[in-house]
Amino acid sequence: MKLFLGRVLLIGVLLALWEIASQTIADEFFISRPTVIAEKFAALVASGRLFYHGGITVVETLAGFVAGAAAGVVVGLILGRNEGLARLLDPILVAINSLPKVALAPLFIMWFGIGIGMKIILTATIVFFLVFINTYSGVRNVDPELVEILRLMGAKERHLIVKVIVPSALQWVFAGLQLSIPYALIGAVVGEIMAANRGLGFLLQDAAGQLDTGGVFAALLGIIGLALLLQWAVRLCERLLTPWKDVTREREIAV
Amino acid sequence: MGTPAEIIRFEKVGRSFAQKSGELVATRDISVRISEGEIVTIVGPSGCGKTTMLNLVAGLLRPSTGTVLYRGMPVTAINGRTGYMTQSDHLLPWRDVASNIAVPLEIRDMPRRERRDRVAELIELVGLKHFETVYPSRLSGGMKKRTALARLLAYDPETLLLDEPFAALDAQLRVRMQTELFGLSRRLKKTVLFVTHDLDEAVALGDRCLVFSARPGTIVKDVQIPLPRDRNIMELRRDPHYQRVCAELWDFIAPAIEHQAL
Repeated sequence: MKLFLGRVLLIGVLLALWEIASQTIADEFFISRPTVIAEKFAALVASGRLFYHGGITVVETLAGFVAGAAAGVVVGLILGRNEGLARLLDPILVAINSLPKVALAPLFIMWFGIGIGMKIILTATIVFFLVFINTYSGVRNVDPELVEILRLMGAKERHLIVKVIVPSALQWVFAGLQLSIPYALIGAVVGEIMAANRGLGFLLQDAAGQLDTGGVFAALLGIIGLALLLQWAVRLCERLLTPWKDVTREREIAV
Repeated sequence: MGTPAEIIRFEKVGRSFAQKSGELVATRDISVRISEGEIVTIVGPSGCGKTTMLNLVAGLLRPSTGTVLYRGMPVTAINGRTGYMTQSDHLLPWRDVASNIAVPLEIRDMPRRERRDRVAELIELVGLKHFETVYPSRLSGGMKKRTALARLLAYDPETLLLDEPFAALDAQLRVRMQTELFGLSRRLKKTVLFVTHDLDEAVALGDRCLVFSARPGTIVKDVQIPLPRDRNIMELRRDPHYQRVCAELWDFIAPAIEHQAL
């Protein structure tokens, strides 16, 4: 509770300083001010524009996230269980992964146009690598002794995958998913900034185009809100899917 | 009672591992016969190939030289008639006690109802009643061992391969687990290969004790333990007979330990 009050106080002080600075030492044109931003944000909410554009971004982010994550998990599992194949593909994967994925955006615009599909694919590409690498590490980290013991019980590969590999890779997968959320938003928002007439990225770009600093901050606020919402959703999923980890989680929270 | 049938036979078995610095000979020239229902303990310095011997019986490794026979047939694949338990219990952290025990039964596609009955029976057997729905992370060391033991017994392997299963337990708990394991093995007529570095444990549990030399390991002594088949492990400590056997075995092993490089 103390912590919470402290945080509220800190944020309040920072906002107040911002408000004062915009009237005194800095130019309001460039930094806007909290009250104006709040107004603009309220206007965005009231007109429904926030939800319309936010909705578009959510759809792009989620679709890209789900597609990328699903592909990442599947490929991570397959390569994790086939070392030979993983070695064969290693240089290709390293090469593609070392590329900043947003650099692919112009190519994707040429291929898929400026519609929603291009943002989904860009987002999926970004998420895929993060989730794939995490899943792969998770699969490689499964205790080999545990696998042998289950083999002695008569387990075939399908038993191993379902009973051991997937559940023990799950926490790695979730680490990958958590990590992916901000990046998934990067994919969607950058895609929108580059070419779109809908979405939070467009809202941002549009406000900046009109030199409306307050509008830019209001759009940023919307993006932050969306990111937090997604993060919370992934955490909820993790909690529901890995109930045995509650003990350790409680401990982590206490720290 | 006639002579019990032979279940495991090693014939001049050696096993080496390829390493960067050349070939590492873990074990050489192991020849031994083990009969059904025998509890055989295996002692020796670390790295002498005790675990290798278990792995060979389980079919997790193939011998480099010689043959390992299980019921007269060479072991060429994973040997499903054996069950393995090591120092770490290898429970699945995402399953509670009951469903951990059910794993081998699920693998065998046992129908749900039958499975539930069998699990209940095993939980009773190892004394874990009321802990069915607890996750391993909340269990004490002894309960984890019991769960692992129940899981091991679930699919009824005729031979138990135990690799220092109780090494991580404190002294009192170890004696209790030894007692239970001994009783269960006798009652269920299991053949047991039990690796340990604890001589007292080797004598207390074994019908017979195999002493390994340092690497490259081989059996340097094969002792029949002159204690009754139905012994009370708890009472053994006060038994002068038991103490003498331990002392004799210790005298045999001590020189080797003294000469061992640290």
